[in-house]
Amino acid sequence: MVINVCVGSACHLKGSYNIISKFEDLIKEYGLDDKVVVKAAFCLGQCTKAVSVKIDDGPISSVNEDNIIDFFKANVLKEA
Amino acid sequence: MERKFESDVQLIKYEVLREVARGAMNGNLKEKIDEIPYIIDPGPEPRTRCCIYKEREITKERIKLAMGGNKENKNIVEVIDVACDKCPINRFFVTEACRGCLAHRCSEACPRGAIYHVSGRSYIDQNKCIECGRCKEACPYNAIADVMRPCRRACLPGAISMDENKKATINNDKCIQCGACVIQCPFGAIMDKSFIVDVINILNESKHNDELHVYAAIAPAIASQFTYANIEQVVSGIKKLGFYDVVEVALGADMVSLHEAKEFSETVGEKKVVTTSCCPAFVNYIRKYYPQLANNISNTVSPMIAISRLIKHIDPYAKVVFIGPCIAKKAEAMEEELKRDIDYVLTFEEIAAMIDAAGIDLESCEEVPLNNASYYGRIFARSGGVTESVAHIIETKNIDIEFRPVYCDGLKECDKALKLAKVNRLEGNFIEGMACQGGCISGPASLHHAPKDKTEVDKYGKLALEENVDSSLRVFKIEDINLDRK
Repeated sequence: MVINVCVGSACHLKGSYNIISKFEDLIKEYGLDDKVVVKAAFCLGQCTKAVSVKIDDGPISSVNEDNIIDFFKANVLKEA
Repeated sequence: MERKFESDVQLIKYEVLREVARGAMNGNLKEKIDEIPYIIDPGPEPRTRCCIYKEREITKERIKLAMGGNKENKNIVEVIDVACDKCPINRFFVTEACRGCLAHRCSEACPRGAIYHVSGRSYIDQNKCIECGRCKEACPYNAIADVMRPCRRACLPGAISMDENKKATINNDKCIQCGACVIQCPFGAIMDKSFIVDVINILNESKHNDELHVYAAIAPAIASQFTYANIEQVVSGIKKLGFYDVVEVALGADMVSLHEAKEFSETVGEKKVVTTSCCPAFVNYIRKYYPQLANNISNTVSPMIAISRLIKHIDPYAKVVFIGPCIAKKAEAMEEELKRDIDYVLTFEEIAAMIDAAGIDLESCEEVPLNNASYYGRIFARSGGVTESVAHIIETKNIDIEFRPVYCDGLKECDKALKLAKVNRLEGNFIEGMACQGGCISGPASLHHAPKDKTEVDKYGKLALEENVDSSLRVFKIEDINLDRK
């Protein structure tokens, strides 16, 4: 599974770099290193949804520091 | 708002680019092409030339260059023959200010006996004159004028000469494609080829093709360019043209400084002197005039290539268009070993023409941020920036190496340093070379040249969200990207 995190300027300003490291921490914490990778992506085309996150070819979600754990549990843990 | 241009040369070039872009955008360039000279030179009075017919003829030639120019000619810079006809052939002549004095310092100074005196006035026998300029220096009335052709004066490598019809002609073997003649010719008779039509076509295609993402990679020299709108509005305008995303080339510069510092520390022991490789005209200059130093050119790619490789690594559907102030970059993009990395190069002049052709009003555009790179990547746009960035990396990474930079502002200074390096007399081990004086912000395809441009770049650098190279690159797996030229 690939978690694509937008690092385009709009998302970058909303803290996408921190979202990436949070995801990496969560993946380690749950021991999913060989199943899930986090990748930086350029614009996903929905700048209003900053920080834009897309799992594989799925829909684009808006993730922030407050909802990242719920998002991870619902979309990554369940599927991986 | 009415665009302001530095001269009518810039204005006319812009108008041609804008009309060609408009035709390409509307898909009717072929049909409209004959109308463009009438739009630009409506007549009946000529704007700059002897008659309206000649003006339109010159415009036709400009249109050809705006559409890619002569494909047979590998040089990105071309002379528009029909526009080159106003310069005097002889470099020195005696003006009205000559008082016909008794001292005759002019003829005393002339090593060839080329000066003669008739009815109380001096004259130069042009068949004897060797253009040494000693008469001009000697005259107490400053009566001798040096009217060297501006293109020749601008061309330090001496690639421009006159052909049998007294037109400027470029020797491609000597030319480093820096573009200095393009901006210096007061008649706009030398112009760079444009890929504006190719870019518009690919943007059009990307509208219907989900597997084609056209990225705009913007050089940090943008900081001093669009004085009538802020950078965030320019970015928004560029996106409206159909680009998938706009990315800072300065992020590529961050990658370059990191790689450059590492390469420097590993190779300087053996090479003694390493030069930068960001400025393609400087690189060309070394290759052509100091071939014995070719191995001293850093093997690190330029920021343009670095950002392009990063984008393509992340997005396999990416095509990358570099947008900057530089003509030599167009030539760099055509180099055999780099051709696949970067797809097209546009200049600030060309992007401004595209924005206006599309009817995008920058001042009313919403603001879209452009912020990925660090301060250090952004200051690559001015002289001394690369040196500062590499020094920063060496210092913060505690790399144990003696860093003695010599930074050369403009081709003249580059030549001095290279001369010394050739004979192992350079007081330093790192040469930063920039062909344009002031750095990229003074590039020949900049819309705006002014002393305060440097301050603008530094100001822009300080607005970077990421403090340094490590933080701007921390989310990218840089080690996966090849940053070697070969």
